Amino acid sequence: MNVVVLIKQVPDTTDVRIDRETNTLIREGVPSIINPFDMYAIEEALRVREGVGEGTVTVMSMGPPQVDAALREALALGVDRAVLLSDRAFAGSDTWATSYTLAAGLRKLEDYDLVLCGKQAIDGDTAQVGPGVAQFLGIPQVTYARKLTIESGSTATVERMLEDGYDVVRVPLPAVVTVVKEINEPRLPSLKGKMKARKAEITVWGPGDLEVDEEELGLDGSPTRVVRVFAPEARSGGTIFEGEVEDTVESLVRELVPVLKGEI
Amino acid sequence: MSSIEVLENLCVGCGLCVKACLYDAIEMVDGIAVIKDNCTLCGACVEPCKFDAIILRKSHRETVSLDDFKGVWVVAEQRLGEIHGVSFELLGKGRELADTRGAPLAAVLLGSNVTGAGRQLIAHGADIVYVVDDPALEHYLDEPYANAVAALIEKYRPEIVLTGGTSVGRSLIPRVAIQVRTGLTADCTALDIDDQEGILLQTRPAFGGNILATIICPNHRPQMATVRHKVMTALEPDPAREGEVVEEKLPAELFETSTEFIEFVKDETSKVNIAEADIIVSGGRGLGGPENFGLLDGLANALGGAVGASRAAVDAGWIPYSHQVGQTGKTVQPNLYFACGISGAVQHLVGMQSSRIIVAINKDPDAPIFKVATYGIVGDVFEVLPALTKKLAATFS
Amino acid sequence: MSYFLTEEQEMLKELCAQIAREKILPVRAEYDETGEFPWDIVKVMAASDIYGVYIPEEYGGFGGGVMEMCIAAEELSRVCGGIALAFAASALGAYPILLFGSDEQKKQYLPAIAAGERLAAFGLTEANAGSDAGAVETRAELDGDEYVLNGTKQWITNGGEAEIYTVVVRTSKGTGIRGMSCLIVEKDTPGFTFGKKEDKMGIRGSTTRELVFQDCKIPKKNLLGREGTGFVVAMRTFDKSRPGVAAQAVGIAQGAFDEAAKYARHREQFGKPIGSFQGIQFMLADMAIQIEAARTLVYHSARVVDSGAKDIGKLSAMAKVFASDVAMKVTTDAVQILGGYGYMKEYPVEKMMRDAKITQIYEGTNQIQRSIIASAVLKESAAKEKKE
Repeated sequence: MNVVVLIKQVPDTTDVRIDRETNTLIREGVPSIINPFDMYAIEEALRVREGVGEGTVTVMSMGPPQVDAALREALALGVDRAVLLSDRAFAGSDTWATSYTLAAGLRKLEDYDLVLCGKQAIDGDTAQVGPGVAQFLGIPQVTYARKLTIESGSTATVERMLEDGYDVVRVPLPAVVTVVKEINEPRLPSLKGKMKARKAEITVWGPGDLEVDEEELGLDGSPTRVVRVFAPEARSGGTIFEGEVEDTVESLVRELVPVLKGEI
Repeated sequence: MSSIEVLENLCVGCGLCVKACLYDAIEMVDGIAVIKDNCTLCGACVEPCKFDAIILRKSHRETVSLDDFKGVWVVAEQRLGEIHGVSFELLGKGRELADTRGAPLAAVLLGSNVTGAGRQLIAHGADIVYVVDDPALEHYLDEPYANAVAALIEKYRPEIVLTGGTSVGRSLIPRVAIQVRTGLTADCTALDIDDQEGILLQTRPAFGGNILATIICPNHRPQMATVRHKVMTALEPDPAREGEVVEEKLPAELFETSTEFIEFVKDETSKVNIAEADIIVSGGRGLGGPENFGLLDGLANALGGAVGASRAAVDAGWIPYSHQVGQTGKTVQPNLYFACGISGAVQHLVGMQSSRIIVAINKDPDAPIFKVATYGIVGDVFEVLPALTKKLAATFS
Repeated sequence: MSYFLTEEQEMLKELCAQIAREKILPVRAEYDETGEFPWDIVKVMAASDIYGVYIPEEYGGFGGGVMEMCIAAEELSRVCGGIALAFAASALGAYPILLFGSDEQKKQYLPAIAAGERLAAFGLTEANAGSDAGAVETRAELDGDEYVLNGTKQWITNGGEAEIYTVVVRTSKGTGIRGMSCLIVEKDTPGFTFGKKEDKMGIRGSTTRELVFQDCKIPKKNLLGREGTGFVVAMRTFDKSRPGVAAQAVGIAQGAFDEAAKYARHREQFGKPIGSFQGIQFMLADMAIQIEAARTLVYHSARVVDSGAKDIGKLSAMAKVFASDVAMKVTTDAVQILGGYGYMKEYPVEKMMRDAKITQIYEGTNQIQRSIIASAVLKESAAKEKKE
């Protein structure tokens, strides 16, 4: 069983703040991390490999050379191989071009039975690349997986999380499965894994290594374009009560009663 | 290949572009902005440059004739014949967009035995409803649904296609966008038509809600977007509204899939869907532990509301994810929202700040939550909540 | 700031910090409250290879020494000085085997300890043998190929949870330090049970318990070194482990300092952050100086020990005394800076203050350490005078 995990390096958005004076992003000291949802995908891939008892786990990412750090972090967790799709020609990709490029990378890998990724990346929150890759490869997908069981005879039974419950579906492999954090608890790296990862070779592929139409790559291949970036307007503050609990509650209730009665 | 360039004769080294860059990809070298290798060509630096010194060149290819595409579509969502609220909300927004464009508003409805439900979509603003009613579509499965929607888009060529940002919508529509070779913008919070070019301006939060980005799809059609539940507002249904239900027959091979639906299991733990609740009482880190969520239940029960939570509380395992409000949880827009022991991280604020009335209870007077609160109490939640519950229960018993 | 760590040591530090931040931080208050043993954290540390950092590669370890043990103990203790003991106390129990075990004994026990599959613990203290370690009363009588053990050890860290115990016993009649030996005793040996579990002031995320031996038969081959060397085993073990206690103390102090500095920046009184007042600033400066001095001494002593130098007892003791006194002072000041909030369990500094206290007491009280240091410096002085 060969599993490929698609990962993305993202800024840790919990640390990103807006400078209200200049309306710009404060990036100082914001670390780059593996998209947290992808960590669950890596963990699930390792568990699949351990459960089946044979096969490999490969991580693949598209991005600038700095993504090397993210790939090594994955290797430290016990991933066997890392592939980076990196070239200026890939810059500016939206989800369409990203899906196209990653699908080409997977085709080049040939031997994969299962493709995993996080349900979405925390910087873009689009959740579009997993299904996009599946469509390009012409294989089935299951999104928002909270449980994955691999059956002999190369099928997987997956619980797909919905707003009010979950669907149980069975898909033949290969398939793309995007995972939610309920699926497992990711492990931490080991010291031996970190040592190994430091020395590991990372395969880097550019457009010349892939079967792609260069016009479909990067910004050129992206149907969408960002035209404006701005800070959200802050909602202005209201009435704040301070002092003794009795008094503050009394004041609040006076304001809320007409609201609850539907008068205002 | 597209490229970005700094015109050195115009660049004054003011550094505005460095601040605007989302990826730390511009640095100042000898007083001139230099673009580094990790630039993603996102273009966020172009507008902030007051000297027009940054040029983003995009090699341009006309792939489709844009004039061939007309009309606004909403891909409706249903389960067992019941239409999801987000579809009605999208029809409300779609009506406005269609009127601006002087074009019809259509809904697409897929399923088995769903034709009858088409009338509801007309009542909520649709002029036409394209129904694909087939036993193969009884349960949602990605491939048949995506193939059907793509086939209808190829046939009728709408200009704009909107889909609910639900689990199902966000699984379905990316496959469709790839098939019809167009762009897709997820989780838009605002949709407008540009005055001059007539194109769809799609605004959405990014970086955990810390910034908003306006995105366009200039050279491909349709322009496609998803919008989350409770972001747009549905029109009052008008049962007398006129419209046409068109039954579409599609070739059976489009419905072929190797994926097998086994069952749907309803999650009994989330009885009250917070996205639908009119009053929400939410708790965060300040509650200190799962045992104290009982305090929220007390107030929620007294008012007939639902219990929500911040990401911190969910991450700590105090309450299931289905209760999470915020960027990575649910967007809510209740009439009344109580934030108890929630500091008000941006990630939480984007999920609840459209609530009509926000009440914040927090012991830290500097907590960001007070900046969005309609009413706030600076105090200990463990003292304030019981007192508030008692008082409100007495008033409304 | 650079401490001239090797790349491997930096990696270890980073990994331990990650374990502390992601796994220990969310549960430390709970373990402090319940006093239960943190098995879930033990599993995480084992999977990350932490238990083997100071054990040679040939016995399944990472091949580091006391310095690596100190780095791990410090990073873990920054978040929780109690849970860190699930690691550090196992090292204390393993050192007698590492130092005095035969190759066969090492092969039998160290790989499982290095993998974190089996924890170790060291048993010396008794009701009447604390600072006076030579007063051990637990008897081991040789009967054919077996020792028969009778007696009770108390305040044994990891007691009941560990599976491998290195126990100091009396093997010959009379009193004094020459009649003592060190034996390896495995959990579940008949006649070996566990007594009272202590309810402690601090380090509540660790277990402290009595070991009770009643006609407990141990094969003779479990003797470490020769008969009569038990006291030496204990002292050499402490020479290696005391820098670890000192590192734990530095970690606790740093954790408390970080909380205090953060609080001083955010807490406003009289319209400005309290960190802008000189009274607080000077406290923070003194705390930082003390921690830096302690860390430097700890790393220096660990490196000297790892260099294979002899007579390391004095330096080990200095590191332990100084770092533990610093930990007590700094955590007390951290509580002071946080004021009323610092005194409440809602903030972690009161726990750090409780955790710090033990570092002045165990593995030889600071008074005993000073005796060791004083006797060493007086001996050095006498030697110098002879030469002159």
